[in-house]
Amino acid sequence: MTTLTAPGHAAAPAPAAPPRAASVFATFVGRSMLHTLRTPDALVMAIALPTMLMVLFTQVFGGAIAPGGGYVDYVVPGIILLCAGYGAASVAVDVATDMTTGVIDRFRTMPMRAETVITGHVVASLVRNLVATAIVIGVALLLGFRPSAGPIEWIGMGALVALYILAITWVFAAIGLAASNPEAANGYGFFLMFLPYVSSAFVPVDTMPEWLRWIAENQPLTPIIETIRGLLLGTYIGTSGWWALGWCAAFLAVGAVLTRVLFRAKAGRR
Amino acid sequence: MDAITVRGIRKSFGGTEVLRGIDLDVSAGTVFALLGPNGAGKTTLLGILSTLVAADAGTATVAGHDVAHEPEQVKRRISVTGQAAAVDQVLTGRENLRMMGRLSGLGRADAARRADELLDRFGLVEAAGKRVGTYSGGMRRRLDLAISLILAPPVVFLDEPTTGLDTRSRQALWDEIRALTANGTTVLLTTQYLEEADQLADRIAVIEHGVVVAEGTADELKARVGGEVLTVSDAAGAVLAELPTDGTVAGLRRALAGLGNADAASVSLRSPSLDDVFLAVTGSPATREPELALTKD
Repeated sequence: MTTLTAPGHAAAPAPAAPPRAASVFATFVGRSMLHTLRTPDALVMAIALPTMLMVLFTQVFGGAIAPGGGYVDYVVPGIILLCAGYGAASVAVDVATDMTTGVIDRFRTMPMRAETVITGHVVASLVRNLVATAIVIGVALLLGFRPSAGPIEWIGMGALVALYILAITWVFAAIGLAASNPEAANGYGFFLMFLPYVSSAFVPVDTMPEWLRWIAENQPLTPIIETIRGLLLGTYIGTSGWWALGWCAAFLAVGAVLTRVLFRAKAGRR
Repeated sequence: MDAITVRGIRKSFGGTEVLRGIDLDVSAGTVFALLGPNGAGKTTLLGILSTLVAADAGTATVAGHDVAHEPEQVKRRISVTGQAAAVDQVLTGRENLRMMGRLSGLGRADAARRADELLDRFGLVEAAGKRVGTYSGGMRRRLDLAISLILAPPVVFLDEPTTGLDTRSRQALWDEIRALTANGTTVLLTTQYLEEADQLADRIAVIEHGVVVAEGTADELKARVGGEVLTVSDAAGAVLAELPTDGTVAGLRRALAGLGNADAASVSLRSPSLDDVFLAVTGSPATREPELALTKD
């Protein structure tokens, strides 16, 4: 604060022209992308954890689970979803951090939709997790994953994974809004990360005890995993595809609506 | 013309009445100070005027628009600096300014240009490329204020703007506020510092327990206390008593008569300060220690 002698406000005060919604959106996505690059922990975790699990399951447990080999083909679709889940979880922390610092109040006094700050986190998460998923698939290929998918199946798989990431990210955004602080947001997210283990991700559900099998068969991740498996490896999809789309749409709707309601409650007028 | 009008504003939080019927008029192009101790309701009033908080009763307009019914119009005409630094800790100072510029409606090039101007103006050029998380409290505060001045809004709200600033930065901010009002911007600020209100504000409202207990120019408020203040000190110079008088001989006699057995003490007369005003209207001395002001309202 040294050069304050010359008055720098030549312009007379005038009402601001509100920014266009598209540029607010682009600005918030850019902000969240910068956050991702500045705090690479989230990205590293989203890649490293699924990769380690994949190595663990294929190289350590794989021989015991499927002595004949080929377990890598079975497990990769589940790992892809696990990867998406881990990666999306950091959105809960990002959102909770924004809500507990003063920055949200500034956004709220500016002539734009402050809620777009959440959309920015969600879109950045989608990009971040698609990159992470691509890397995890790359590692899988190195470990001997041999999918039979053609271009159309790959595109279908990519679209389903993107839809799943988007849906789960909105859910995590809502968790971030519901949590009272970033640490709590991190804790609540744990439950969702546990879901892939009780599904057909690592072992076929008919190897489980009856009561658990019922849960594993009917929980949302199983049809999504079966659809990805079918697209990549040509296994039977059946009605799983519709269930997968339905569950993703349901997650997306619940997450987006809940985010909206919670944002109004938390960052509406007090 | 009034830039801000407040009529009968009331607000309770969980059964505690924070604002108990506030009325204010702030003329355009002036600096208006809300002076009061912690918990007086200053921050809540600022929240209502900046559309963050909904009032329970009463009306308020900012730059001609009702805060409850036309919040979008109000938001286009204000900027707010709250007590908590509203900056992004992960981004650099320059990135913060550019982002807020874009969100304020500036184009990419204009936002970049304005960011550099403000970095220079607020002595943040060297730190411009560093993450705000590494800034000192004073630097963060300066960045926060710089963000508020990206545009030249008709009305600027500053909640205890100089808290945590060193003397030099405080002086510089005062200059900045004067420059703003010279261009027609209205500034409503809260402060616990009497000196700040005295130096800067065209008008002052003293708020305590959610009501305006006194309002006027600094001189008007001082005149309410009386003509002169009689200061009684002991031999070591310690102040034993400060008694307001009405400036007449009779008043001085009455004040001296009230001293009782203090013949050895020395006396002097001085003009009343805002301190005396504060004491007279609120019944408690004003905050003087800057450290005390760091706790939130």
